[in-house]
Amino acid sequence: MSLTTESSTNFWLTRPFSERSTQIFLGVLLAALALVTILHVVVPPSNPLHVGAYTVNLFGKYLSYALLAVAVDLVWGYLGILSLGHGAFFAIGGYAMGMYLMRQIGERGTYGHPVLPDFMVFLNWDSLPWYWLGFDMAWFAFAMVLIAPGLLALVFGFLAFRSRVTGVYLSIITQALTFALMLAFFRNEMGFGGNNGLTDFRELLGYNLRSNDTRLGLFLATGVALGLGYILCRAIVTSKLGRVSIATRDAEARTRFLGYRVERFQLFVFVVSAMLAGLAGALYVPQVGIINPSEFSPIFSIEIVLWVALGGRATLYGAVIGAILVNYAKTIFTGVMPDAWLFALGAMFVLVTVFLPKGVAGLFHYLKRRKRDDTANNDPNADPTSKEASA
Amino acid sequence: MRRFLSLALLCFLLLGITLTAQAQSTDAASNPTNDAAALELLEALDVESYTAKGEAITAILQSDDERARDWLQALLDGRLQRTDNGRFVLVLENRGRDWPVADVLTGEALGEMSRRDLERVGINNNLRNQLRSAIAVVDLYSPNVERRRTSAERLLGEVDGELVQPINDLIEQEEDDQVRYRLTQAVAIYRAEAGEMAGVEALDGSLHPRSRVALSRAVNGDDPVIANAAAASLAGIEQQLKINRGLETLYFGLSLGSVLVLAAIGLAITFGVMGVINMAHGELMMLGAYTTWAMQQLLPGQPGLALILSIPAGFMVAALAGVAIERGVIQFLKGRPLETLLATFGISLILQQLVRTVISPLNRTVITPEWMSGSLVVNDALSLTLNRMYVLGFALVVFAGLMLIMRRTRLGLEVRAVTQNRAMARSMGIRATRVDIMTFALGSGVAGLAGVALSQLTNVGPNLGQNYIIDSFMVVVFGGVGNLWGTLVAGLSLGVINQVLEPWAGAVLAKIIVLVFIILFIQKRPRGLFPQKGRAAEG
Amino acid sequence: MSLLHSLTQRDRVFDFMAPQASPVDVRHGPILYMEDVTVSFDGFKAINNLNLTIDDGELRCIIGPNGAGKTTMMDIITGKTRPTSGSVWFGSRHNLLNMNEPDIASLGIGRKFQKPTVFEALSVFENLELAMAADKRIFPTLTARMTGEIKDRIDEVLETIGLTALRHQPAGILSHGQKQWLEIGMLLMQRPRLLLVDEPVAGMTEQEMERTAELLTGLAGKQSVVVVEHDMGFVRSIARQVTVLHQGSVLAEGSMDQVSNDPKVIEVYLGADDEEVA
Repeated sequence: MSLTTESSTNFWLTRPFSERSTQIFLGVLLAALALVTILHVVVPPSNPLHVGAYTVNLFGKYLSYALLAVAVDLVWGYLGILSLGHGAFFAIGGYAMGMYLMRQIGERGTYGHPVLPDFMVFLNWDSLPWYWLGFDMAWFAFAMVLIAPGLLALVFGFLAFRSRVTGVYLSIITQALTFALMLAFFRNEMGFGGNNGLTDFRELLGYNLRSNDTRLGLFLATGVALGLGYILCRAIVTSKLGRVSIATRDAEARTRFLGYRVERFQLFVFVVSAMLAGLAGALYVPQVGIINPSEFSPIFSIEIVLWVALGGRATLYGAVIGAILVNYAKTIFTGVMPDAWLFALGAMFVLVTVFLPKGVAGLFHYLKRRKRDDTANNDPNADPTSKEASA
Repeated sequence: MRRFLSLALLCFLLLGITLTAQAQSTDAASNPTNDAAALELLEALDVESYTAKGEAITAILQSDDERARDWLQALLDGRLQRTDNGRFVLVLENRGRDWPVADVLTGEALGEMSRRDLERVGINNNLRNQLRSAIAVVDLYSPNVERRRTSAERLLGEVDGELVQPINDLIEQEEDDQVRYRLTQAVAIYRAEAGEMAGVEALDGSLHPRSRVALSRAVNGDDPVIANAAAASLAGIEQQLKINRGLETLYFGLSLGSVLVLAAIGLAITFGVMGVINMAHGELMMLGAYTTWAMQQLLPGQPGLALILSIPAGFMVAALAGVAIERGVIQFLKGRPLETLLATFGISLILQQLVRTVISPLNRTVITPEWMSGSLVVNDALSLTLNRMYVLGFALVVFAGLMLIMRRTRLGLEVRAVTQNRAMARSMGIRATRVDIMTFALGSGVAGLAGVALSQLTNVGPNLGQNYIIDSFMVVVFGGVGNLWGTLVAGLSLGVINQVLEPWAGAVLAKIIVLVFIILFIQKRPRGLFPQKGRAAEG
Repeated sequence: MSLLHSLTQRDRVFDFMAPQASPVDVRHGPILYMEDVTVSFDGFKAINNLNLTIDDGELRCIIGPNGAGKTTMMDIITGKTRPTSGSVWFGSRHNLLNMNEPDIASLGIGRKFQKPTVFEALSVFENLELAMAADKRIFPTLTARMTGEIKDRIDEVLETIGLTALRHQPAGILSHGQKQWLEIGMLLMQRPRLLLVDEPVAGMTEQEMERTAELLTGLAGKQSVVVVEHDMGFVRSIARQVTVLHQGSVLAEGSMDQVSNDPKVIEVYLGADDEEVA
């Protein structure tokens, strides 16, 4: 990183492409997308290598989780803000997409109302609430996918960072935020379908959501979004702003005395992260076919943090690895022995924090280093990013 | 109904009988001549005509048989039945095919009889009303104070002109204040409704709903003076009721607050002293609650004793679990509060799942001992449930105990030293590790106590802890970390705020409002209500 | 060694140290003016009616026993702590009590902390880069590019603080003394009008101390420097004006000799002579 600091004079957004880690990441991602597509489309279903629509859908879900994990790593890894409420941004992005999908149902709902979604007819509402207006237009809904979580992050972050709420306090109030939102979205009066949330979607941009081709398309779109999100985050963390973030993370007061308005940098990164989380949620919803208040539950938000911790904080690619690993494990466990999943999840929290503080990515680094140079000045207690900085 | 009542009461008074006195002379039941007379009375009930039955009931009332009340009650409940051979029996339990019965006259159990061999002495609605009134009046003479109270309360609004004098006589004989008060009120209600000034005056300040009905009728009366007086009384009563409703809200708020304090105070200790966020704190409470349940399983039939024993047991169980968590995980995460938060969250998941697997995913029932159930009636509009009062008291005792430990013991001194400056305390010879263990044990033990208390108010299940963890963090943050007073004030005030908001916002919205309020409050005062100042706060 | 030699020329001012154009109005003399400042924490007065004036270009040493309020005073100047009462002016135009830390920093007040605080995860080079006077708003920071000019300036400072060889190492691996120097280097990159230096030589060798003394005295004249220090030898070697703080207010002010002969000062230091005080 330091090398790029000094040598590159190029445009900040394209800077990550000159990094080896980004090149490898993008290479692996593209290869994976291509492989799944080929195995799904070209290889006939009779062949054991064939990847079925269900699996493609599952992978698509993992990729949207991975994007969410990248968003969390951006604030936790590089800014030192442990958000226990990122599930809220994810869910809001998901609801924005869900509202669009609901409006697309049109007259095909159970009650056949031309405008109102089923649950509103059921509640005897006679017109659409104002905040549902515009969601029949794709461009508006897609803009809201970014704007709504961004706006919430802006207001919440503005209040929190301005009064210098940091550390565990911030974690606790982000948790309270998502908890409050969960309670709110459970209420029917909120107009978001209450308990049941939004579901029974038909089509997205005219494509039938139940067709296999659409599923493949969504999987690929999520992969592309993950790649772009990754590049954006990488560009941010390799810029001078990224270094200000790290400085803030490690010595907030010192950064302030250098003349940086720390709260604004925190706010900027926080909002970017929230928007990425919203995007992840919007890609998630059409793939799973439902969005309900359980996405707001505090436990989900903490789980996201575990993905990042397991993969390795402040690396971004670690977040992707962690999200995929944990969710794959979850799929396996809940299929084979559902009761054991919470034990496994709990144990993962404990083991990762105690024995693997730098996550899987840290393990990579450690092995690579040991291979390269046993005598290198290698302080095992150094912050995970110190290696990052010299990588 | 009034007609029957007055009739019944008059019968008693005319006969000059007080059953209270008679009850003391006892042994009437075994008197054979009495039994013959009684049988005659009962025989009179088994006729076709309901009018005749009404007369028979009056006859029973007029008899001086002390078993009369039970007969009438059994008749009302449909449990007074006749066997094929004409014997009157009392059906003890009318479920299933065979019913256990007892002889009406002697009370002797006769074993089970087939329902087909029994025939009920039938009644109609008119008779039911007559019976209810009769029983109410009979009860006024009962030696049992509780019965007299219930009966007197039933008289409210049921008095008519003929009854006033007899009741006034009763009032003079009555020894119990409450019964006397009720009877006076009953007369006053009649008078107020009849448009008498004395009645309106007597009802001034009475909070019973029936009194208000009477007063509002008096407001519509012809005499403007009385109407005005009634209106004034009514306004005063409304004011009183408002105050009582406020007090009730306050009580519920304090009760909720005391639960929050109990849940949060252990957290305040571990968080304040060690900077450790223990997300498994709620599950330690859960362990305390399950300890109570287990204790009651071990001591069946003695829920009270089990509950009292659970206090030390719950403390110990949770404290040991806390020490295990501290030694097993937290000590390796010194100085990394965010990682500690994640690890302890993992532990909370494991504990929850453990309870689900080992015990049950369903809620367990913890019995509330007799001395804790029921409520304390302050007046007609305000009664305070006892279990909540006990929990409130318990919370205050625990708080005071912790205060004492912190202020008056060596451990407290060391804890405070470590809180303020760990390095300095260590260099002064305080073994910070030992203090950490003790602090954590103390904080966890208090969580166990909170669990014991909670088992009396809410369901005991695997999710018990989860429901309280966010709230208790809010309390700690709101009150100011490292300040027990802050936790107390914050807990109680959040409880009250929540209850005040609930009536007009609904439970869920009230909770949301409180959360948003705290989020905003933290912006204004990031260190809570009672912040630490100076160098200690810089850490 | 040639570096050391050049540093010994006290009158030489390195061009990178030349103060940038600043809006601070010092036509009326003092660059820093504190009047009747009081700070109380729960009734305890950390600063009690403190009056202090620093002239433009002055090098001032502040000494005083532990708890005299030295660090709290710096906290007030840099906006970290708000006083209970009193006023603090930077030049005659800027009321520091109305400003926050970044504003005060960009106005031209730099601070070195008592405990050296550098960004341990960032390299030495990056530490200096962040400290550099530049547009510190978000988007300029996001799109900032590394130009040759900036690199040259960083290299210059790296040389001054003797950390050129360690430029790519994370600051976390530096020794205590090296961190002190890096922090001084960061101050230099900031080009402040007023430097607040809290215990600059703690943990330094004799030789490093000498270099620090040279550097600080070299800065004085063009920039104003306030040094808080416990090491009396060091203070003696650089001080022109010394202020003694005691229990949150000024006990004595004057040259080192005047101050060390002041009976009040001697009493505060428990009758110890100034060698023992060191």
